[in-house]
Amino acid sequence: MRDNLLRMAKMRFPILLVVNGEEHELEIDPRRTLLQTLREELELGGTHLGCDSGDCGACTVLLDGEPAPSCLVLAADCDGRAIVTVEGLLQNGEPHAVQKALVAQGGIQCGYCTPGIVVSSVALLRANPNPNEAEVREAIAGNLCRCTGYQKIVEAVLAAAK
Amino acid sequence: MSDATKPPNGSGSQSPGIIGKRVPKLDALDKATGRAQYGHDVTLPGMLVGKILYANVPHARIVSVDIARAQKLRGVRAVITGANNPGRKFGYGTDNTPLKGDKVRCRRDEVAAVAAVDEDTANEALELIRVEYDELPAVFDPRAALVEGAPKIHHDKPSNLFTRYDYSHGDAERAFDSADVVVEGDFDLPYVTHSAMETAFCLAAFDLQGHLTVWSTTQIPFLLQRDLSEALGIPGREIRVIQPTIGGSFGRGLDVYPFEPITVQLAQATGKPVRISFSRTEEFFASAHRQPAIVRMRSAARHDGTLWAREARLVLDAGAYISWGAVTPLVMMETVASLYRVPHAKFVADVVYTNNLPTGAMRGYGNPQSTFFTEVQMDELAEKLGMDPVEFRLKNANQPNEETPQGLKITSCGLRECITEAAQRIGWESRAATDERRFETDEPHVRRGVGIACTLNVGGGARIYRSDGCGATVKVDDFGRVTLVTGSTEIGQGSETALAQIVAEAMGVRLEDVTVINSDTSVKPWDVGVHASRTTFIAGNAAWRAAQDAKRQILAHAAQMLNVSADALEIGDRIVRVKDDGRQVAFDKVVRALHYREGGTFVIGTGWYDPPTQLVDKDTYKGNISAAFGFGAQAVEVLVDMETGKVRVLRLVAAHDVGRAINPMYCEGQIEGGVQMGVGYALTEELLVRDGQILNPTFLDYRVPTALDMPEIETVLIETADPEGPFGAKGVGEMGGTPTAAAIANAIFDATGVRLRRLPMTGERVLAAIIKGESNAASQTEP
Ligand code: FES
Ligand code: FES
Repeated sequence: MRDNLLRMAKMRFPILLVVNGEEHELEIDPRRTLLQTLREELELGGTHLGCDSGDCGACTVLLDGEPAPSCLVLAADCDGRAIVTVEGLLQNGEPHAVQKALVAQGGIQCGYCTPGIVVSSVALLRANPNPNEAEVREAIAGNLCRCTGYQKIVEAVLAAAK
Repeated sequence: MSDATKPPNGSGSQSPGIIGKRVPKLDALDKATGRAQYGHDVTLPGMLVGKILYANVPHARIVSVDIARAQKLRGVRAVITGANNPGRKFGYGTDNTPLKGDKVRCRRDEVAAVAAVDEDTANEALELIRVEYDELPAVFDPRAALVEGAPKIHHDKPSNLFTRYDYSHGDAERAFDSADVVVEGDFDLPYVTHSAMETAFCLAAFDLQGHLTVWSTTQIPFLLQRDLSEALGIPGREIRVIQPTIGGSFGRGLDVYPFEPITVQLAQATGKPVRISFSRTEEFFASAHRQPAIVRMRSAARHDGTLWAREARLVLDAGAYISWGAVTPLVMMETVASLYRVPHAKFVADVVYTNNLPTGAMRGYGNPQSTFFTEVQMDELAEKLGMDPVEFRLKNANQPNEETPQGLKITSCGLRECITEAAQRIGWESRAATDERRFETDEPHVRRGVGIACTLNVGGGARIYRSDGCGATVKVDDFGRVTLVTGSTEIGQGSETALAQIVAEAMGVRLEDVTVINSDTSVKPWDVGVHASRTTFIAGNAAWRAAQDAKRQILAHAAQMLNVSADALEIGDRIVRVKDDGRQVAFDKVVRALHYREGGTFVIGTGWYDPPTQLVDKDTYKGNISAAFGFGAQAVEVLVDMETGKVRVLRLVAAHDVGRAINPMYCEGQIEGGVQMGVGYALTEELLVRDGQILNPTFLDYRVPTALDMPEIETVLIETADPEGPFGAKGVGEMGGTPTAAAIANAIFDATGVRLRRLPMTGERVLAAIIKGESNAASQTEP
């Protein structure tokens, strides 16, 4: 097992990652997660490491339009797939309505959970432009926030939907 | 002009400026777009990854540590142990060392550390280290640790009892004899942990002069400088601490941890920058958690509803090393002795060494524990008296401008308003009106209940250290930018923005023209740290003073330029103008004029604030440790499933006396975040510890409330305009989570008739209590 892993550590696989609309040709260690690759190879630090086990949502990105914990996805499995990170939600430098609302409504304190919350909320609003409170809470239930009690986050997402 | 030493408290005439405005945090947009730089984002050229080998045996002598194979692994740059890198004693109890050389006292003890080119290599190196232990008998129950003949944790200490706090006022012993009703019970409070979403981190680098820079998630940058100096023998003046954006902390960063000096030792050993970032698992077992408490408590009242006496006896498990968490009994005794008017009170707490993981400080600093057992018993007393719990609380509430027997000088106090607001908004009258309401639910096996609990908190700093001070400077540059350099630290709570608002208001400048620098000990003036809900109050007063000083300098020079007296001037929108005739000069031009002349100067104001408070007397524990006190009441409505015991919090009203809200949005945010921790403490959070080992070190098994677990929170800010607070503000950082668990327990009682005295109140425990039909009557003593 260990020998296998060590052998793999020396291998590099060519992949094409499409991140925030830009193509990146990379040679990657097949054991690397998408989170590690985004942060270390592509220097996209907005996607955060909170637990590395799929339990906190700080690392959420859009994978082919669906929110996914990037700490649980191997970069090698993302060859050719469309990835959107929090950095990619700005359009012509304009923050997304969800980002603006979180700023304006006080939904951000330490901000460590924020990128994940933003990504999950954007995915919700794309699928359901008019969610009710319960639907918002459901959509961000996988994103732990320790600072806000979620109150102002929920208010912000509802405001962004308007 | 206003009094030069004190900001207005908001009770008099108030300019309609930036104070009280719901402005976003200065860094909110950076955080929303992923641009903020946290500790884990900081890298330096040539940086190595550090990893620690933990003992994972609870008590043992170290026979040998074999690092030969690890040293040979390609990519490993250093392997250090307590033998080749001893370090010195440090910490609140001066009982810890970075790496342990002779003996380990808990499973977290750091035995060896490696620095390697990447994380995989570092982890692999750890696996190659062989440690031989000679295991010793261990003790995990603090009561057992106090028994004669128990395994001794530290041989150079007289016993496992680190310290005893023994407080009393009135005559508690006899007061219980003369009381009309007495309630008594045993409470059991669990280990819980901060769970900041960003894990702890330390990056250490030496420059060519041999001076050390440390990037850290600490809450106490200046004390960290001192602590590192103590642990490593490096002069404090050669240590610089930088705090990047911090992803939450909640008390975790109040102590120096062994991994911090170890990171520095690795940097020394390799000559390279080294970073240690905790994994989530490490965060769960290597943070200093809120200590568990074993409590025996009784409370008494008179027939007329006068609260009469309280007595609490606690055993607190400090774990293997003493942290600032050992001081939390000072706060706990405040709740027992001074929340409501209490004629007689006694409080005894033993802080005990065990072979458990070291415990520490967590948001509330003892208060969530003490408020739980104190406020549950307030409810029990009311019930036994046949009195409405709200009426009972109102009758005994603290009042403005009174000194408690403990010596707390309460000035502004909105406790009664908080109780009234919370009760009214939760619909308390209907509680009194009918019993039927308990059954008004969608399902026949679900009961409804409401409950209330209150809190008293320090709101004007807390003198637990010799200084409770903070320094500030305000610089104005030649383009009119105003830069506040404050000693205080931003850990996400929003104090940075509140301080900018205070400076903008004090000087009459736009908020957008104010920058705050607060992250580098080589730049910022001293501050004791971010704790005790002190920053807006203490750092706010300091910032206000510095701003006044800078403003005075500008007005003095503008007065020369305009040929009037400084009193005749005011600062308007980027101008300085003569109040009467409207003549004006640009704000930035005044600064330039000061630079560009013979004998010129620059504009920098300074301010220092250390509140008028005292360290408590070391024998009686009496004294006024805070310059203001915050109050609050929380009322909740719950549903309890009688078949599963599951509790759902439907609604929560949090009414808190904040003095004055500098920024209501973030005042509410502090309270709401506190409530969330309170809900977790009440219902789901518990670190399961067996034989000194944590059994549930993941978010899957340690249940931090999610958006689905949280009720809608209605926050009500009660403004009482504190006379000492900046613009009347008092601290608000911790009290949101303090009364929540008791309010929920009281609501569960209302719904089901059973009293829970053990946290968290999981479905299993609630159901067991329901089945047992355990009512408060069972454990009450008749007077
Ligand atoms: S870091 Fe991926 S879910 Fe926590
Ligand atoms: S804002 Fe700090 S974790 Fe959400």
